[in-house]
Amino acid sequence: MSPAFLILALLAVAGAVAAVGLRNLIHCALALAVALAAIAGVYLHLGAEFIAFAQLLVYLGAVAILILFAILLTRGSERSGSGIFSAGWGWGLGVALGLLATVAGVFVSARFPRAAAAVSAAPAGARELGTDLMTRHILALELIGLLLTAALIGAVILALHERGREAAPGEGR
Amino acid sequence: MNGVTPYLLLSAVLFATGLAGALIRRNAIIVLIGIELMLNAANLNFIAFARFGPGAEQGNGTIFVLFSIGVAAAEAAVGLALIIAVYRHFKSAQVDQPATLRG
Amino acid sequence: MSWFFHHLWLIPAAPLLAAGVTAVMPRRFRALAAGLAMGALVIALALSLGALVRALADGPGGRAVFNFAWFNFGAYELRLGWVLDPLSAVMLVMVSFVGLLIFIYSTGYLAKDDNYTRFFCFLALFAAAMLGLVIANSLLLLFICWELVGLASYLLIGFWFQKPAAAAAARKAFLTTRIGDLALLLGMVWLYARSGTLLFYDAGRGCLEAGALAALGGAGIAGLAAAGGIALLLFAGAIGKSGQLPLHVWLPDAMEGPTPVSALIHAATMVAAGVFLMARVYPLAALEPVVPQIIAWTGALTALFAASIAVAQTDLKRILAYSTVSQLGFMMLGLGAGGVAVAMFHLITHAFFKALLFLGAGSVIHSCHHEQDIRRLGGLRRAMPATFATYAVGMMAVSGVPLLFSGFWSKDAILHAAHAGPNGHAPFYLGLAAAVLTAFYMTRQMVYVFAARPAARRAEDAPAGRESPAVMTIPLGILALGAILPGFLGTPAWPWFQSFLSGQPAVLDPARLVEHGFLVMLAWSGAAALGGIAAGWLLYRRSVSARDPDVLQTRFPVLYRLLERKYFVDEAYGWFFGGLIRAWAKGCEGLDRIITEGLVRLAAYAVVGLGWVARVADEYLINAGFDRGCARLRFGGDSLARLQAGRAQGYLRLAGVGVATLILLLLWGCGAR
Repeated sequence: MSPAFLILALLAVAGAVAAVGLRNLIHCALALAVALAAIAGVYLHLGAEFIAFAQLLVYLGAVAILILFAILLTRGSERSGSGIFSAGWGWGLGVALGLLATVAGVFVSARFPRAAAAVSAAPAGARELGTDLMTRHILALELIGLLLTAALIGAVILALHERGREAAPGEGR
Repeated sequence: MNGVTPYLLLSAVLFATGLAGALIRRNAIIVLIGIELMLNAANLNFIAFARFGPGAEQGNGTIFVLFSIGVAAAEAAVGLALIIAVYRHFKSAQVDQPATLRG
Repeated sequence: MSWFFHHLWLIPAAPLLAAGVTAVMPRRFRALAAGLAMGALVIALALSLGALVRALADGPGGRAVFNFAWFNFGAYELRLGWVLDPLSAVMLVMVSFVGLLIFIYSTGYLAKDDNYTRFFCFLALFAAAMLGLVIANSLLLLFICWELVGLASYLLIGFWFQKPAAAAAARKAFLTTRIGDLALLLGMVWLYARSGTLLFYDAGRGCLEAGALAALGGAGIAGLAAAGGIALLLFAGAIGKSGQLPLHVWLPDAMEGPTPVSALIHAATMVAAGVFLMARVYPLAALEPVVPQIIAWTGALTALFAASIAVAQTDLKRILAYSTVSQLGFMMLGLGAGGVAVAMFHLITHAFFKALLFLGAGSVIHSCHHEQDIRRLGGLRRAMPATFATYAVGMMAVSGVPLLFSGFWSKDAILHAAHAGPNGHAPFYLGLAAAVLTAFYMTRQMVYVFAARPAARRAEDAPAGRESPAVMTIPLGILALGAILPGFLGTPAWPWFQSFLSGQPAVLDPARLVEHGFLVMLAWSGAAALGGIAAGWLLYRRSVSARDPDVLQTRFPVLYRLLERKYFVDEAYGWFFGGLIRAWAKGCEGLDRIITEGLVRLAAYAVVGLGWVARVADEYLINAGFDRGCARLRFGGDSLARLQAGRAQGYLRLAGVGVATLILLLLWGCGAR
């Protein structure tokens, strides 16, 4: 465990906790960005450069920004009177902690066949990844393209739909 | 404690944090943030095993994470669009507000 | 290798740090923000001077390069680096010096603005990116900084984003330069594909060194060597950034930003980055003889085109903007016809006198309550003597009044190169005509703004000016000196500047001042400048009232309207691209209607037919038994529905419990075995 990993892990956990725990939604989104960047750092630390940059591009560049936009578009949804936690939050926390304890227990007690410190062969570079994607995984690649297109269209339709219906009664305002 | 374990523990903590966020917060956007965190935790597991496990040179773990990131992007786009649609309808983005999922 | 060279990266790093700190500072720390930005620039200036001294000590033609690996990517290694040679040393000093003066000036100009802190943050970011661009030894690093200065320019043009015009101008600048940047990116990719490196100099392996150049000079497409194609793509990027024809449209609109921004970014430094880029890659561009010719022609046409538009503009800053476009055209002409030294000399002198002019204009605007229409200004000579005197120096420098002003020497060198160049005399005559027009429109502007007028000229609501504070006039004075002195570093008698850049020892030889060639040139350009000034004075001396039409407007109404509307370029772009998109959309719609809709209908009819068959089978065969089953199911569903309260988080919670249970079950299962 190197100090770099410790710092990154600390950042990631702190960002994650802040992202789900803070009251101000904007701060939550920014904390999420910190956590995602730290995870990208962990990827770099693991020698997976390609994934690290994909993480930066997709998560930090797109998802975090999308979330910020959604927060700005749904401004005023947090009413001051009611708390930020849902009704049975104690139960939820219990379930989460219970799951954490279970999984962590499994990880700590597990004996991996090659869990020695030795790192296996250097991870695939961009060229190998590209070749793999274009040969062995070409079907999956095409499917994910289709999925993204469908998601894009679906998102547009979902976000547009209501407005068309509401425009008529709302015009008087 | 070395090798792959620290990464797995980090991923477990991130997963639990995300799950807690999805379970206890009222705002749908935070629920979505929690889901993103859980996905990231899973990705971290993939990468860690791809790095330390056998057969890393084939890059399967890496490829899987690439696809997972793609799916997550689609999920985030649709999820946020849903949240905005729900917000327009109910004038609120609280998850416990629309109880019309009731059977 | 000296300390200054090893720490060259500190020059852009200092303003970058200042920008970063300012960005997270509360808005009320105004003095601290300005102090940080200026302090960073002072550091940058000191280091730049050190670097210049170092470059001088290395002697002409010396070049020190430092490359490092940025990161490894699988088996690839991405290397960046910085370079200290006469070109970058001169640019460093110019950028940090002019930048510092403009920073100081800004503290006065924006003293009352609410977003003072943000302004200095952006300004420092710009300075960092520009200085990084100058020292970059890698086309990639240069491109990164190139985009960063574009970003800073966007932010600063739109600094008063409450004004719709400013927001629109920022967008226009960003999008227009993006067209050029795309070409630059393509050129970069092509260069990388052909030479395998983006480093300029790398101990014999860089893309501007002999080995790579020999490889690039080989076969290409359509009779043009690869080097030629790459250089033209890079030049397209420079066209976008430096506002050359046909991508000049953004630069005049960029004047919506605060005046110090116009002076720093859209006159002195950033727009010159295109010229700098071409100067940096000149060895590549010079491989194919047609490339310098294209550059020279583009420059000459732009110079004349923009100068003629400036004649009919009435906005103080817009005139200067078109003047900038025109002067950048001169630089490109010099680059194409005479090489790096000639163009860079004009770049440096222009940076000083154009910054001076813009800051003078800013001083006028500031004291006259943001009035920019030159017809409504007037008689400011008495009210603002310091501004007047310095502005006159700048005006004479840009007009090229012989022998004293720096603009004369540098423009003379360009015209000389164009005359002797391989392109025939046409670019020379274009440049000469542009020089006449330059003197003419600058005189027109001077007369309108400063000359004392009888009361009739003073419209009743014309704002009365007051001299600007010292924090604004002192930079004006320093820049006025800068508009005179650098010229003497590059006279034909002692061409120190040109020799320094091209790597030969400078020789003092006064005899060259009386050579036949120089005297002819002197006569030409002197006549151009003085003729333009005289014509301007004679025509505009007698304009009597702000409401009177322009003298040219009464004499040549059609021509004046053409110039006033800037040759209708904006309208033509709007019509052409708007029409293109509309036609494309029409085509797509037709395609959709004919092909897709037909298919959809066909599928729909097929489904309706199937549905009919299914309904018949359903009603008579299946329904009877199904209904009874349904009743039972409904009963079971009703009892289960208690669990389904419709709260998504409840479901999720149960799922979490389920997962944990599954894991535990698995564990126990494994343990038992």
